[in-house]
Amino acid sequence: MTPSGQNYWRSLDELAGSPGFRNWVEREFPRLASELQSKSTRRKLLQLMAASFGLAGLTACRRPEEKILPASRTAEYRIPGKPVHYATSMNLGGCATGLIVETHEGRPTKIEGNPLHPGSLGACSALAQASVLGLYDPDRSRFPRKRGKRSSWADYAAFAEELFTPARQGRGEKLWFLSEPLSSPSLEALRADVLRRFPAARWVEFESVPFAAVNRGAELAFGQPLEAVFDFARADIILSLDCDFLGHDWRDVIPIRQFSERRRVDSPASKMNRLYSVESLFTLTGAAADHRLALPSSQVLGFARELAEELGALPRKAETKAGGAGRQRWLSVVARDLREHTGACLVVAGPRQPAPVHALAHVLNARLGNVGRTVAYLRPSSRPALAGFDELCQAIQSNAVETLVMLGVNPVYAAPAEAGFGDLLAKVAHSIHLGAEFDETADASAWHVNEAHYLESWGDTRAYDGTAALQQPMIQPLFDGKTAAEVLSFAGGQSERRSYDILRKHWLAQWPQTEGESRWRKALHDGVVEGTRYPLAAPGVPDVKRVDATARVAGTQGVEVTFFADSSSFDGRFANNGWLQETPDPMTKLTWDNAALVSPAKAQSLGVRDGDIIALTRGGNSLEIPVLIVPGQADESIAIALGYGRRQCGRVGRGVGQNANLIRSLVTPGFVSGVTISKTVRKRPLATTQEHHSMEGRPLIREATLEEYRRDPKFAHKADHYKDLFSLHKEHSYEEGPQWGMAIDLSACVGCNACVVACQAENNVPIVGREQVRRGREMHWIRVDRYYSGDPEAPRAVMQPVACQHCENAPCETVCPVAATTHSPEGLNDMAYNRCVGTRYCANNCPYKVRRFNFFDLNKGVDEIGKMVFNPDVTVRMRGVMEKCTYCVQRIQEKKIQARAEGGRPLKDGEILTACQQTCPASAIVFGDLKDPNSKVAQLKQKDRNYVMLGEINIRPRTSYLARLRNPHPELG
Amino acid sequence: MPQIFGKSSDKILKSVIAGITLLVAAAVLALAYYTHPDVADTGYAPIQPVAYSHKLHAGDLAMDCYYCHFAAEQSAHAAIPSTAVCMNCHASVKADSPRLALVRQSYDAGQSIPWVRVHRLPDYVYFNHQAHVASGVSCVSCHGRVDQMEVVKQVEPLSMAWCLDCHRNPDARLRPPEFVTRLSWRPDEDAAALGRQLREAAGINPPVHCSGCHR
Repeated sequence: MTPSGQNYWRSLDELAGSPGFRNWVEREFPRLASELQSKSTRRKLLQLMAASFGLAGLTACRRPEEKILPASRTAEYRIPGKPVHYATSMNLGGCATGLIVETHEGRPTKIEGNPLHPGSLGACSALAQASVLGLYDPDRSRFPRKRGKRSSWADYAAFAEELFTPARQGRGEKLWFLSEPLSSPSLEALRADVLRRFPAARWVEFESVPFAAVNRGAELAFGQPLEAVFDFARADIILSLDCDFLGHDWRDVIPIRQFSERRRVDSPASKMNRLYSVESLFTLTGAAADHRLALPSSQVLGFARELAEELGALPRKAETKAGGAGRQRWLSVVARDLREHTGACLVVAGPRQPAPVHALAHVLNARLGNVGRTVAYLRPSSRPALAGFDELCQAIQSNAVETLVMLGVNPVYAAPAEAGFGDLLAKVAHSIHLGAEFDETADASAWHVNEAHYLESWGDTRAYDGTAALQQPMIQPLFDGKTAAEVLSFAGGQSERRSYDILRKHWLAQWPQTEGESRWRKALHDGVVEGTRYPLAAPGVPDVKRVDATARVAGTQGVEVTFFADSSSFDGRFANNGWLQETPDPMTKLTWDNAALVSPAKAQSLGVRDGDIIALTRGGNSLEIPVLIVPGQADESIAIALGYGRRQCGRVGRGVGQNANLIRSLVTPGFVSGVTISKTVRKRPLATTQEHHSMEGRPLIREATLEEYRRDPKFAHKADHYKDLFSLHKEHSYEEGPQWGMAIDLSACVGCNACVVACQAENNVPIVGREQVRRGREMHWIRVDRYYSGDPEAPRAVMQPVACQHCENAPCETVCPVAATTHSPEGLNDMAYNRCVGTRYCANNCPYKVRRFNFFDLNKGVDEIGKMVFNPDVTVRMRGVMEKCTYCVQRIQEKKIQARAEGGRPLKDGEILTACQQTCPASAIVFGDLKDPNSKVAQLKQKDRNYVMLGEINIRPRTSYLARLRNPHPELG
Repeated sequence: MPQIFGKSSDKILKSVIAGITLLVAAAVLALAYYTHPDVADTGYAPIQPVAYSHKLHAGDLAMDCYYCHFAAEQSAHAAIPSTAVCMNCHASVKADSPRLALVRQSYDAGQSIPWVRVHRLPDYVYFNHQAHVASGVSCVSCHGRVDQMEVVKQVEPLSMAWCLDCHRNPDARLRPPEFVTRLSWRPDEDAAALGRQLREAAGINPPVHCSGCHR
């Protein structure tokens, strides 16, 4: 393994750039041009050119000798050029998504959802898609360290072997563990072993993005630990209480799949669900909602109480009326709608909310007869008594902690600053940190062990419903990283020290001996372990009295600040992931930054504009952060994304954004109140991607209510004021072979960005960095346009994914002077990079603005490890070349060749999936052969709602959209 | 005042200009000629680390191409076989030959033999062996009579124009797929007529648009 690739992210470092602007002004000019300004280099260049001309005549100028290095011995199934797929799963905050990983010659390159896994159903999120880049992150920690100095695993092992003995630790009185919420059967077993060996040891599950309130709420309502599982697909009416279940408040994509199933409307006779959302910041759930009420997060408890009282679930108290008449009307309509759909509705509370709100949601669901229908309760595996993070802080304070093992967590960064954990850690004699990065916590710890990426380790995970899945390595650990099980094994007292042995032993013990091997193999192959779903539980009747007593509404005090898991860096763990940093936030379209999201009214009263830096102070800690004005934000609420402002991070994420943990609270992790706001005189320009794409009055988005659709099924075509168009150019004939086309259902799309990252991974799309994004030079082949509509005080939002539309009369083709972009007989708008000279005429002539130009050699200087993520089936483009969506032509060709090799059989519908389509959790994107009348895409294009963008210019795009439908309540309009 | 330029200077100037023009033209022509794939690439026959003879193995011993290049049937790459494939026979055949020292060493040490690439296409070209052999394009069409080569050399230019020649008129180079690796195979009837028949029966339609090869 070559040590440290200094150059790998060099361009990105400059792109992400702390020195910032100056760097970029220089780079605006081609390197050669600035070089030529000095006379001596110019002369030298001419000499060199002359010399190479001279050499050109000689036969000695043959191409350089290239070596082919076949393996000495190869695995039987490994054929050069053929990808191999493995099943594994990724854990995010205690909830897993099953994955299928494509590997080329032993390198994982592309991640897809595993259709057999209940936490994926074939789809996966942008975070899961991008996690493959983390494997090849050159800034990963490469070796264990002792007090910051390079050490080795052998040294650590010797140390740990001696440390974790009853002789040293006694019963474990001063031994503490800190991990993420465990959702791994083998690790849970290992933990039980550790706690058996050291009965006095304490274990803390630490989470920066709070999800624990969900479970505590169930415990509060039913008096027993229960795992609530929701079925959004069976609910006709859904009420979200500050829960962005389509976005950052859920750790897998299942709700998107279930929800969108009920948004796809086949015909005017079809039914559709209805979503009400009460939330403080404008989320994807709010954008998808039919009715949205902007309410500060701290007032959601009051709202939930009132609703429960209205529905008779809690005893009515007269004095709890809050808000104006509008809110009261809203509430009574929602209550009525829920009551009318007893047994087919769903109330779901967000993890930002405290346990009483969750308990109220459980009470409401029970009252509305939803238990067993839209919500089920499962009995989770038994957990030992855990300690709280605050207890750990107190114990360290009172010198009661001698050994602290931190497994894959970064509390020095992610814990609220008021805990002062960084200083506390210095008081622990043996602080041991396992982490993928040499992060803030590693820096403050005595020992740091570099963690293996999940794609290079053995392990297991649990999905939301408890279903276990195995993780298997696809590559040798690049930097010899270790897993949590390996670090923990010293404390557990087992003889196994390798994660493979630990995992296998655990699972073989679960199965009858005769079936062990076959079940192990099946579990590895399928990516799920059969029969591991949590059993159904009978929750009983919720304890209304206890819920009533705990759900006390406190008076609100001033402006609140809410915190949410960022769509890019989550809680900071993906901060060094360039793909994610550059993926715009689904709602704000902000890249490479976080900001204080404030409502237009609040901004006016504060006297701030976009990019103005404000200081938020709470309890002696102050956070200075730029403002981003977002319509739809609740007025007395400010929202800040977590996961930014990392101090000790790789080159991509360092110094990006501000650390919201500075003003968070240990008691209420979701939001805080009592924050003082002051203006500063400084500004920080933000890089958002959506500014230029205004509607310009053109009907790019078409939407209607279900009612309007039923009255006029062809509403989507009302805006088409044209007929009998003809082309001035010679038209192509599209008779031979399949004719590719795409349909995107805007009713189903929630705008989650999974397609954007999937495309980036599949097509080797480079990242350009913050400054270039500000200049509108982002390279994403598919973008998700977010349009606001309606009253700015209560806006609605619509999402529209836009990639190359593959026009039949493509305007880009007619202006290309070198025929680098031409039409294929199958209707693809081909792009031959090697022919492109970079005039950019095509981009200028593209009405959809989907062509992207390589202003720089964005892939130059990528080191050997960085190159491993490239998809070998797609050209890596160089500077001066135009690029754009190809409908994943490499996937089309692959399947065509496969069909040819199988005796020239015809292609099946659905055999070819574009990358965006394959990962789409909403199944909103459908691709296929338009000539086959039975294909899914051809049938979608027959629907009433089908329309094309800018049909009047007669370029006949192959991508069409299905107009969006909403289902508002008639009384709320 | 005497003239600075004599009568002949006009002539000299003209001939100098003509000379420079000619020189530049010659340089351009030479460049074009010598870098043309026909000239620059055909005939390339690098020395391999092991003096492997295709003539002996594929010709005299009549081993099937797929024995070693089995990936050609299943993948884009024909692939150089792993050392283990050599050792299938050479563990017993000529087991002590000094000419096979590198092969044994590679097998024992688990290290690759650094074979030198002969046929190379630019990175933006996605040639696929599987697609071609499945359609009945023989190895010989691109690689020549490898079974007669002591040292493998490139016999075709592998240029885009050369590829397109065949993609536009594939008939003469199609044969039943089972004869793909028989380099000496000749049809009894007219090759073009047979090819046409095969093409129509199997629905073979070689792409001539950009994304057929460039992605």
